[in-house]
Amino acid sequence: MMGDVKHILLRWKDVNADFSKLEEYRKHGGFEGLKKALAMTPAQVIDEVKNSGLRGRGGAGFPTGVKWSFIPQSEPVKYLVVNADESETGTFKDRLIMETNPYQLLEGVLIGAYAIGAKATYVYLRGEFWDLGHFLDECIENMRKANLVGDNIMGSGFSCDIFTHLGAGAYICGEETALLNSLEGKLGQPRVRPPFPANKGGGLYSEPTVVNNVETIANVPWIVWKGAGEYKAIGTEQSAGTKLYCVSGHVKRPGVYELPFTATFRELLVDICGGPLSDEYGFKALLPSGGSGPIVALNDQVLDTRMSYEDTAKVGTIIGSASLIVMDESVDVTWVASKITKFFKHESCGKCTPCREGTYWLDKVLDRIMAGEGNENDVKLIENVAKNMAGITLCALGEFAANPIIYTIKNFPDDFKKHAKKDGKAVAKQPVAAAGD
Amino acid sequence: MAIIGNKKYQERISAHLAKYPDKRSAVMPLLYIAQEEYGWINAEGVLEVAQLCDMDPTQVRSISGFYTMYSEKTKGKYWLQVCNDLACALRGADEFHHWLKEELDVEEGGTTADGLFTVEHVMCLAACDKAPMLQCNFHFVDDLVDPNETPDLEKAKAKMREKLDKWRKEATEYANRKS
Repeated sequence: MMGDVKHILLRWKDVNADFSKLEEYRKHGGFEGLKKALAMTPAQVIDEVKNSGLRGRGGAGFPTGVKWSFIPQSEPVKYLVVNADESETGTFKDRLIMETNPYQLLEGVLIGAYAIGAKATYVYLRGEFWDLGHFLDECIENMRKANLVGDNIMGSGFSCDIFTHLGAGAYICGEETALLNSLEGKLGQPRVRPPFPANKGGGLYSEPTVVNNVETIANVPWIVWKGAGEYKAIGTEQSAGTKLYCVSGHVKRPGVYELPFTATFRELLVDICGGPLSDEYGFKALLPSGGSGPIVALNDQVLDTRMSYEDTAKVGTIIGSASLIVMDESVDVTWVASKITKFFKHESCGKCTPCREGTYWLDKVLDRIMAGEGNENDVKLIENVAKNMAGITLCALGEFAANPIIYTIKNFPDDFKKHAKKDGKAVAKQPVAAAGD
Repeated sequence: MAIIGNKKYQERISAHLAKYPDKRSAVMPLLYIAQEEYGWINAEGVLEVAQLCDMDPTQVRSISGFYTMYSEKTKGKYWLQVCNDLACALRGADEFHHWLKEELDVEEGGTTADGLFTVEHVMCLAACDKAPMLQCNFHFVDDLVDPNETPDLEKAKAKMREKLDKWRKEATEYANRKS
């Protein structure tokens, strides 16, 4: 139950104010969380976030407070880095937060920095967020004039700066160690772990570092302001709070919607998004977490599932970053596998062999299948390649690239059968229907 | 042409170098400045950035080669990158991308004969609800369709044609002013 609370991240909707303006944000409780945090000890702030049940919103769902507590307080230099490299197909929630509620994100950055003892923080934005990066720079300057960032913030004795950094078109920089490399001016390729970013030797400039997603950090001011209990009361047992759900593809009203984790796919996709895009076709498939999550048939069982971490696991998928790509019955799922594979092939950084070679061969064989020149063995071949990539790469991209193959074949075998013949011979290219056919 | 010693960039270069404890971290923002000055990442730009960041030019070149937003060849005045990833493709982006290339009579990654437009596809731009959409010189063009209406490709194409005309006019006016 959410009680009177409708939105946390898109709170401006409830108070009907323009939170992209500092004064408006402050008028409606903005920076109350920071004020409260600065009167607490850093350990108390970490406990508050731990008790709220907040989990990482970038996809992995790791408990945020626990992540913060890994930072060794004895080290003199520590960093907080915000991952705003939003690049996964179907994900566009962080952009909305930064466009409409930038100060809540920046307030959260300062609270996080105070909790872990960081004096400098970086917001790493994907390069394509060019305009947004410059907008955030303006917001930071506005905060500086109001003594909300920089030296001796609000006269508390706490000093911290926030800098933005623009990437330059590499999905892999959303992987935290690749992001840190990129920020250091190196190739955006993942690092071998351990050491982990939180450890000395593993973070930014080898210092202990926390990397959090935009949405995760943007929850923090509300949690500190209203209290962990209030937050924990929203959502489900293992999925506290609200989530920004991005809906794209075949629905009538795509967009970003903030809902508690108790909401079902039906409430979102049918009641809010208006159901299937065309009256001709019903729902067929759903990718609930962008291109990388397991694809499932969008049937009644899935529609009646709550969009939480624990409930989605029960129907064989994940909620991850909650990037819902909806497909209707007109879609050939083999084509979906091919599209997503092209993405991962392009974005594979090339550092480790299974991913670099695997994505290349998956794409090549899928092209053959899509051209009508594949056979049944090709389907087994890509499944074999995918299974041999999963779990043995340096970072999760290898796994992400394997998922679309493994789950499209598993959950939509008929779509592949249409493209490949059993006798080992290729299916002839589909003739273009003559007029009148 | 230069970025070092160029008054236009001095303040920005210093600000970027001051942001990080290590000069090397400024390589990405400074490469953007080099691209702004020269139109692409050329040898002069690489040498200057290397000097500013205290790096070897080969290292700078490896960075510019790794990231897709640094261009290693000249582009048209308007660099149009159409997102045709899955989410956009479900709402007609492939057809739109194909149409745009035909409309401007260019191959994938090619530039129009008048040097005005380069068209290529790009990976997800995080605007999936606005499909079909594109970026022009890193600025989003995401108002071709209304997300609350059934995507109408013909409307989107008509709107895109208006934008192309506007850019052509702008370029002509700019050229006239210059001469």
